[in-house]
Amino acid sequence: MRVIAAGLLAFVLAGVAWAGSRAPVLDAPRGEKCVEDAATMRRSHMDFLRHQRDETVHRGIRGARHSLAGCVECHANAKDGAVLGSPSHFCQGCHAYAAVKLDCFECHASRTRAAQAGRPARSP
Amino acid sequence: MNPVDTSRRAFLGGTAAFAGVALAPGILLYEYAAAKAPGEAVSSAVRWGMLVDTTRCASGCTACVDACHSEHGVPKPARPTDAQWIRKVELKDLRTGAVRSAPVMCQHCAEPPCVDVCPTGASFKRADGIVLVDRHTCIGCRYCMMACPYKARSFVHEPTAGQKTDTPRGKGCVESCNLCVHRVDRGGTPACVEACADAGHRAIVFGDLNDPASEIAQRVRAATTTQLRADLRTDNGVRYLGL
Ligand code: SF4
Ligand code: SF4
Repeated sequence: MRVIAAGLLAFVLAGVAWAGSRAPVLDAPRGEKCVEDAATMRRSHMDFLRHQRDETVHRGIRGARHSLAGCVECHANAKDGAVLGSPSHFCQGCHAYAAVKLDCFECHASRTRAAQAGRPARSP
Repeated sequence: MNPVDTSRRAFLGGTAAFAGVALAPGILLYEYAAAKAPGEAVSSAVRWGMLVDTTRCASGCTACVDACHSEHGVPKPARPTDAQWIRKVELKDLRTGAVRSAPVMCQHCAEPPCVDVCPTGASFKRADGIVLVDRHTCIGCRYCMMACPYKARSFVHEPTAGQKTDTPRGKGCVESCNLCVHRVDRGGTPACVEACADAGHRAIVFGDLNDPASEIAQRVRAATTTQLRADLRTDNGVRYLGL
């Protein structure tokens, strides 16, 4: 628990110090804006994802707002279609910076549907 | 499944069913009266099921197995410990020599033993009858594998790679046929059903057993079909014709 709390704290601090010189430089996302504003996403994306995963797995609700697949589709690297792989890849870069273990992609696909199918990694 | 349990009587029933199918070929309309909108929750008004017509299933054909494993990003099983979501089984009546071939996968039991024994609640049955493992909760104890009468479940022993967006899967969890729940939730058909039709066999029918107008409901009403190991009273959603 203490480890998680420390992780969360680091994450929040990362949000505060976002503009600082040591903030990670991450892949630019696709599209105009995220499903929530950036500050809300930084603080609460894990809660949104956890809530929606239960709705989807147990109640079969698809296509709702806060989907992990949605994160990957917009935030994947434009070349390889992945959110992991280097310190600039979106999910890995920030989680490494905030020192929060990233378990999602031990099971979930870390690449866009297009990349999985061997097509250009991300639609523009 | 135990081939010895295919009793002579069941086989005789099967031959009658064989004639029934031959009398009414071509009734293979795909309709989903009860398809839900993707954003809607599943409901118990629906009971998804499959009918495997063993008189149409071709011996040696593995179209359904291949399609399933590629749909879900499961590597082609090579060793006994590799995950296997669906397999082909050949049954032979030793007295008559009659051979039947059929795919066997999770039977989506209405009374699923895997759910009864799961200590965490990870194994569960959705309102619409689809039995799933919530990998977020599964601790990999494998009780469900022991409890399943059909050997339908596999444990993932090694780290996974190349997952598909719609089928997360990883080391340390148990998995099995999920009736292509990601397709079904969007009004689609399981990959095996499609592949079998594409291969020209049309041996698997998918649909809502509760909807009297659905093809599957009409087919199971018209002919004698078998639930594997019906003696266990798990009330399987997958039925077999011609066994
Ligand atoms: S066939 Fe096995 S895994 Fe599938 S619902 Fe029945 S007991 Fe569970
Ligand atoms: S392996 Fe997972 S799904 Fe199966 S009984 Fe154990 S916790 Fe439940």
